[in-house]
Amino acid sequence: MSATRVAVVKFPGTLDHESAARAVAAVGGEAVPTHHADTALPEGTNAVVLPGGFSYGDHLRPGAIASRTPIMGAVKRHAAAGGKVLGICNGFQVLCESGLLPGVLRPNASLSFICRQGDLEVADSGTPWTGGRLAGEVLSMPYKHHDGAWFGDPGGSRVVLRYRGENPNGSIDRIAGISNLGGNVMGLMPHPEEASDPLLGSIDGRVLFAALLI
Amino acid sequence: MSDQPLHRTLGLTDDEALRITELMGREPTDPELVMFSLMWSEHCSYKHSKPLLSGFPTTGPRVVMGPGENAGAVDVGDGLAVVFKVESHNHPSAVEPFEGAATGVGGIVRDILAVGAKPICLLDSLRFGPLSSQRSRHLFTRAVAGIGHYGNCIGIPNVGGEVSFDDRYEDSCLVNAMCVGVIPHDRILSCAARGIGNRLVLIGNRTGRDGIGGASVLASAELGEDDADKRPSVQVGDPFTERKLLDCCLDLSDRGLLVALQDLGAAGLTSAASEMASMGGVGLAIDLDRVPLREQGMAPAEVLVSESQERMLAVVEPGRMAEVVALAQRHELEATDIGEVTDTGDFEALWRGDEVVRIPARLLTDDVPMYDVPRTPAPAAAPVDLADLPEPADPSAAWLTLMANHNVASKRWVFEQYDHLVGAGTVRRPGGDAAVVLIPGTNRAVAVALDCAEWHCELDPRAGGMASVLEAARNVACTGAVPIAATDCLNFGNPEKGSTGWRLAECIGGMADALRAIDAPIVSGNVSLYNESPGRVIYPTPVVGIVGLLEDASKSVGHAFQHPHDVVLLIGYGEPRVDASQYLGRAEGSPPVPDPVRESALFRLLATAADQGLLASAHDVSAGGLAVTVAESAIAGGVGADVAVDSGRRADETLFGEGGGRVVASCRPDHVDALLALAGAGIGVARVGTVGGHEVTITVGGSVARVSVADLARVWEGSIPEALEAT
Repeated sequence: MSATRVAVVKFPGTLDHESAARAVAAVGGEAVPTHHADTALPEGTNAVVLPGGFSYGDHLRPGAIASRTPIMGAVKRHAAAGGKVLGICNGFQVLCESGLLPGVLRPNASLSFICRQGDLEVADSGTPWTGGRLAGEVLSMPYKHHDGAWFGDPGGSRVVLRYRGENPNGSIDRIAGISNLGGNVMGLMPHPEEASDPLLGSIDGRVLFAALLI
Repeated sequence: MSDQPLHRTLGLTDDEALRITELMGREPTDPELVMFSLMWSEHCSYKHSKPLLSGFPTTGPRVVMGPGENAGAVDVGDGLAVVFKVESHNHPSAVEPFEGAATGVGGIVRDILAVGAKPICLLDSLRFGPLSSQRSRHLFTRAVAGIGHYGNCIGIPNVGGEVSFDDRYEDSCLVNAMCVGVIPHDRILSCAARGIGNRLVLIGNRTGRDGIGGASVLASAELGEDDADKRPSVQVGDPFTERKLLDCCLDLSDRGLLVALQDLGAAGLTSAASEMASMGGVGLAIDLDRVPLREQGMAPAEVLVSESQERMLAVVEPGRMAEVVALAQRHELEATDIGEVTDTGDFEALWRGDEVVRIPARLLTDDVPMYDVPRTPAPAAAPVDLADLPEPADPSAAWLTLMANHNVASKRWVFEQYDHLVGAGTVRRPGGDAAVVLIPGTNRAVAVALDCAEWHCELDPRAGGMASVLEAARNVACTGAVPIAATDCLNFGNPEKGSTGWRLAECIGGMADALRAIDAPIVSGNVSLYNESPGRVIYPTPVVGIVGLLEDASKSVGHAFQHPHDVVLLIGYGEPRVDASQYLGRAEGSPPVPDPVRESALFRLLATAADQGLLASAHDVSAGGLAVTVAESAIAGGVGADVAVDSGRRADETLFGEGGGRVVASCRPDHVDALLALAGAGIGVARVGTVGGHEVTITVGGSVARVSVADLARVWEGSIPEALEAT
């Protein structure tokens, strides 16, 4: 049986496509580089990752321009058919801008970019995104962003991950990551691809990539 | 307007203007004179410093490419090389700190890209006036914001460096940035233009009026009262375009579409094209009307010397042009054919069909007049007499005061604004001795540190030059890596004044001695002179970047204490001294003279210990001395320690003195004997204490300093944020 094909989308200014691809490979998936101007996902795509970075230099609003690129039409069709989509950091911002997830990501309360390792707690163990982790279990991952304060109606989504302890950005309800009600589209500000190699101190991020392969 | 002749307003001397006419065999046109003024500026030509730089060791078995190209390269095994360089962007940052610092990052990244290498990390070395000054707080916060803005957006982790504060940098702040990249040996690109008839292609941003004269009027002159007028000489950065440019050029190189590549930095197209022509022994003909412009009405000289950012110049075979343009379009960038390689050896430029420039390229790059700087020695500094320095009644209070010193305190406020993790390769993060970054696709890693001992350089420039090299190298060695090569950025005042020229020569001599002893050749570098204002000259600040290699990244050692009951060891040589220490608080006294031979024995010991997995932590004793070093390992590990030392010196000197090559290490109790057995070659290994508890206690003879880890952390972490909040 061939490996699960995961389309890793690169917009101009995307930065984390290579590390996301390595994280996909680390859990046994096949990462397929995907260009933003394409109108269809690669042949046989099973799941999609929108990696972090500064697509279009954060011009207008983070994620705003990327959400209107041709590939996002294909990503929306994939999601509508129940396919899994994981948006990380700027990818989360793209998902919110494209309407695949509710809410918006506002500038951090500190108005500064912040890069730190942090603890996240599983808020909802019922989605596929945290594997078998129980609610309250902790995942260690870095977060690094300037516009990461999720704002919206938590009732319109499922809160999957919350910051534990200090809330780095002032998001509502300490939200770090949410999924849609269907559970197949997930966005989070922290970076699971930078917590997928034991040399970097944590492999807690792998659970999110493993969820793409189910 | 002044009625000075044009050459003087451009910064050329009367003699230089005469020499240009003589070399050209005619009067230069105005655009030609402007080009000469930039290429013959100190910033582009090193006319005051080049003769001194020949003292550096630049060769060795690992050197793949030494100084001369955009950046140097050294072998790291598996057919791979690391490419690196440090460069200054001081003058622009003093005038406009956000854009100045941001474009400093952009510039050094393009130097690495020009070699074809993929950047894997950034570091920066910063100097400002004290944080009690509003101007310095402004420069510091805006420069950090600019570095963060640019570096974060281009996706290269900013993994380390150093920041310090002193009155001498109040007018002339220093912003030095270093970039490290990786490339297979056989893919290294040269900037030498080749192949008559090949096309000259400008890739990236459009050309505007920003940065005109940046290298000459701004970077090659002292700062003064009219600096605000120089703001138009500061470039404006666009990191999004830089990221696209990176992706595009790496893609072009991967597909073998580039004959040569060069970045446009100081002096813009003039410098890029003349160096490409001169290195390749060919000529280049440029049609200025084809250069895509950002604004209307630009004069030919402006197009030739604009320092608009995010541009690269490539040489491409005519048959591959369509592929190059198509690939650039895929990255949403312009690639424009602006001219061709010729056999004339001349830099030619056409403007509206007329030839406005024809200069033999080597006149711009090779025929620059060289100047000997006056070498007036400064009197030797007298050692500090301890009798003049009252011993503190409460060593614990003195310790906390030192922890809060801005030159000692945590720089978390800075590095948390930088993405130091992007790329998922950062094994050892900022805040320790050196950053450790994976070499992509291998189990190896590089350890990188940037350092300078500027107070030592002021008081004893030869010892200070050595100390600067050894401090950076010791930081690298603490991670278990073997230092393999170096880069440097020589930041000095006006070399024609006072003892600056002598200090420059002495520092270079000391650096060269130390680099030879530790076998780390210089493969790239940069010189920044005229960092002075009327009444204030910076300390001699030769910033040294050392790159080390770890054969197995999983064996890297951090600076944090790990486990209660681990044993604390003091490894190294030399005695603590208060001279030129942060404890003394000023550049005064006679700094200790390092011993590079013993230092290299220390580095070998650390590498062996790390390779055998004996070390739980290792941390270099530097600013703040032994007490601060132990405190930093305790804070990082969240665990205390109980340490007793006796140097036979006064307690405060033992606790807070600096000097020698000393490392505070820790290890499991069952590894102590193996580590003690590594002593020798003038390097001591002494058991001095135990890890554990919530306090750090250091006993020196009858004197006991004791502070809780929480209090040490609160003071050390809080100091710089508090100074900035006080605004």
